Amino acid sequence: MTVNKDFFETNRAFNYDFQSSGPTPAEWTAATRAAEQLVPTHCSFCGVQCAMYLRVKDGHVVGVEPRDYPHNRGSLCPKGVVAYQQADHPDRLLYPMIRRGGKLQRASWNEALDLVVNRWQTIQAEHGKDAVAIYSGSSMTNEKCYLMGKFARVALGTRNVDYNGRLCMSSAAGAYERAFGLDRAPLPMPDIALADTILVVGSNVAECFPVAMQWIWRARDRGARLIVVDPRETPIARTADLWLPIRPGGDVALLNAMLRVIVEDGLVDETYLSARTNGWAEVKAAVFRMTLEETQQVTGIPAARIVAAARLYGRAATSLIMHARGIEHSTHGVDNCLACINLALARGQVGKPGGGTMMLTGQGNGQGGREMGQKAAQLPGYRHIDNLEDRRYIANVWGLPESELPGVGAAATEMVHLMAEGRIRSCMVMCSNLMVSLPDNAVVQRALANLDPLVVVDFFMSETAELADIVLPCAVWCEDEGTTTNLEGRVVKLNKAAEAPGEARPDWEIACDLARRLGRGQFFPFRTVREIWNELRVATRGGTADYSGITYEKIDAQDGVFWPCPSEDSPGTPRLFTERFNHPDGRARMFPLTYQPPAETPGGDFPFRLTSGRVVYQYLSGNQTRRLGFLNSQAPEPWVEIHPNAAEPLGVKTQDIVRVRTARGSMDLRALVTPTIRPDTLFIPFHYGHRQAVNQLTNSAVEPTVKIPEFKCCAARIDKVGSSPTTELVRATENLTPANAPAMFPYQVGPAPAARSGEH
Amino acid sequence: MAVKTMFVDPSRCIGCRACEAACRECDSHKGESMIMVDLVDRAWSVATQPTLCMHCEDPVAPCAQVCPALAILITPDGVVQQADPSRCIGCRNCVYACPFGVPKFDVEARLMKKCNLCYDRTSQDLKPWCAQACPTQAIWYGDYEEFVNERQGRAVNVTSFGEQTVRTKVYHVLPDGTARLDVAALLGEAAAPASETTSSGEEVWIL
Repeated sequence: MTVNKDFFETNRAFNYDFQSSGPTPAEWTAATRAAEQLVPTHCSFCGVQCAMYLRVKDGHVVGVEPRDYPHNRGSLCPKGVVAYQQADHPDRLLYPMIRRGGKLQRASWNEALDLVVNRWQTIQAEHGKDAVAIYSGSSMTNEKCYLMGKFARVALGTRNVDYNGRLCMSSAAGAYERAFGLDRAPLPMPDIALADTILVVGSNVAECFPVAMQWIWRARDRGARLIVVDPRETPIARTADLWLPIRPGGDVALLNAMLRVIVEDGLVDETYLSARTNGWAEVKAAVFRMTLEETQQVTGIPAARIVAAARLYGRAATSLIMHARGIEHSTHGVDNCLACINLALARGQVGKPGGGTMMLTGQGNGQGGREMGQKAAQLPGYRHIDNLEDRRYIANVWGLPESELPGVGAAATEMVHLMAEGRIRSCMVMCSNLMVSLPDNAVVQRALANLDPLVVVDFFMSETAELADIVLPCAVWCEDEGTTTNLEGRVVKLNKAAEAPGEARPDWEIACDLARRLGRGQFFPFRTVREIWNELRVATRGGTADYSGITYEKIDAQDGVFWPCPSEDSPGTPRLFTERFNHPDGRARMFPLTYQPPAETPGGDFPFRLTSGRVVYQYLSGNQTRRLGFLNSQAPEPWVEIHPNAAEPLGVKTQDIVRVRTARGSMDLRALVTPTIRPDTLFIPFHYGHRQAVNQLTNSAVEPTVKIPEFKCCAARIDKVGSSPTTELVRATENLTPANAPAMFPYQVGPAPAARSGEH
Repeated sequence: MAVKTMFVDPSRCIGCRACEAACRECDSHKGESMIMVDLVDRAWSVATQPTLCMHCEDPVAPCAQVCPALAILITPDGVVQQADPSRCIGCRNCVYACPFGVPKFDVEARLMKKCNLCYDRTSQDLKPWCAQACPTQAIWYGDYEEFVNERQGRAVNVTSFGEQTVRTKVYHVLPDGTARLDVAALLGEAAAPASETTSSGEEVWIL
């Protein structure tokens, strides 16, 4: 056998013999998928809600096929490709479980549900209705989110219902409501391609919303400029025209400084401001309170780069600001989002195709989940629970006297406090994993241990379900139907592809069954998802988030429908604010903002700022993606990113096990030494549980109005394991404390555990 | 007639491995990916590079030329197929011949495996799974004219390895003004000490 070494010569004679090799086998050109059915649906994961087909064979979901849709164009990220593997996963929960003698043991549905109802009735008789709480989530359909709000208020009569969107989007929601009078991204994803400059603030779009990247690239192919503000050089920052490596927590200072440069350069759209906004004079005065040099000091970004960014942004005819958790997970999250809005309004961009601000909602149904009335202060259709007219309308839809509707309840982050104090005695958790997702999870664990019973509805055994007294198995997304609303405000339809395995049941059936056993069955007569949907449409009619004109058929015919859609002949509203904003006077409101430091900044023995975030292979608390082999093999455990300049004096090298500590706790994990992060910042991904959870370290301080936790900034130290000091550590700088800002500390209960900073 | 092919733009790659996940979904090699995504050097950058079969045109398919069993077939439209299982004798000549390191040898199956451009899809005018899934269109499927109209960057299908040069069916997308991907020159550049063209190693943004 010899190898022909001559074939790399250029222009040599053609020497591959097609004739003797013969034709390719015929079956290579024929896809053999005859026995399969393709079910059109959307992904179970992030807020983009990519369309996909599920391949179904003999009643089982066996694969995925691309599905062309206006916003994802057939693309999928790796999570979307393997999402289908959740359906027949060996870890699925197949039957209800009750904790007996410290162990979760198999039980029948009757036994489990009767136990739940008996306990709830006893608790409510003894301690009042509000002693039972519902903690739900936004990764489930609109129909389920609607049902959970109604279940809490009608079946249980409790005011304490809230959901995990509190940890996700509440800053942006608060800001858009205040500024525009309506909380939704104002433009569809294909509009991104129309922008001339895109300013991405605190969003790792490439890893968190990979499929949205194609629209940013379409804009860049047209010549658009990209500016990224992030303490890390993320995959989107890597090729950006300008990267502003901000020190975590300095967002208002930076955005105000950019606005100041825009004012000084005369790039402000005065006509737009006087015609469409209120409050510009105060905002203008506020941005001049801080000089560029002071901003450089606070943000750690050279003043020249801030000026360059302001000019790149301010000179573009059409400019778009995209923002996400990076600025929202802050004790000043609402201000951070308002600062983005001020910038966009000053440039006259909001309401223009491809211009303005766009929040990137994180969860699959993060948008719909916050409109359906499962939020503490809210009723369906973005109605307010403290507004008498709204209460009357919903009470009428539900067939109750208005007086029976409870009032505003505790936010998700505040519920932990009520549980620890014993004011909430039982909680049903559906579609959430508190032990991974809430900050300072040692306190969360103590609070959950206080509950009797803690009821968890899930399809995999989450870190929270492990602590439960009763676990109820539910269906995954492709075993049920319903609608979700994606990050654009586009309502899409998920379809059922298979039956739930074992005794698992769809969440809405579980809730209806519990309601019947609580003696409130007449308010929950639903036999199909469509019946819930039709009631939901009536309940949202006339509300800000009006779904009344959306039907399943219209969603199919139009490739999704954007709310508000107030009538059946309305096509929906892809672009908002083109003529007017949603405040009564039709004008946007601008708010003057002042930079304030995060609750905790480096000081004493805690010299770093710790921030947390996502990786592309995992989703939220990881309860789903950590079980999907391909995804988990790419990122099976957390790590801490540290800059070489910071690592060198500590003797830390890549792959070393290091101990990261904050005032709350400590964790050991591997180091990744890389210059793609600021030297004063540490980063740890948050998708992991138990001893791998970064939320052992994070600060439970929250934004005072919307109660979102400050996941993105707290003071930390890092040591090589074995070389950590054993003496008492000097605490970090506490700018906001339970004493000077009580509204920011929902977990502070009774005397704090003694000297926690030194216990490790 | 416009010929559709692949365009690989590493500058857009975000390292998400959607292409690998998608490739693994193919019924003919379920759970195995024929495309590879590599971190270039995580100690410096988040940059990543997808590698798939380049479907060499001139010289035509070195892997096929060195195959003593004529197991690697080439379709008339220039798609180099993976080894025909009934012919492959497991000699690994193709693995050594490929200048891009694409063919993988499956020891258990005693069979060479590589990308066949999703022939079952492309022959029915569908996109290959990796290009279909790719969220950033770092892997893009279409014809050259369409690419030039829609995209920035220079599509290059000539790769040099020192004295050897290959023209491929698949294109790499390089910065404008780059006529060929000269691997030897790039390696030389990377090995050279930092010159005056790069900064002195000081990162200007550290404050």
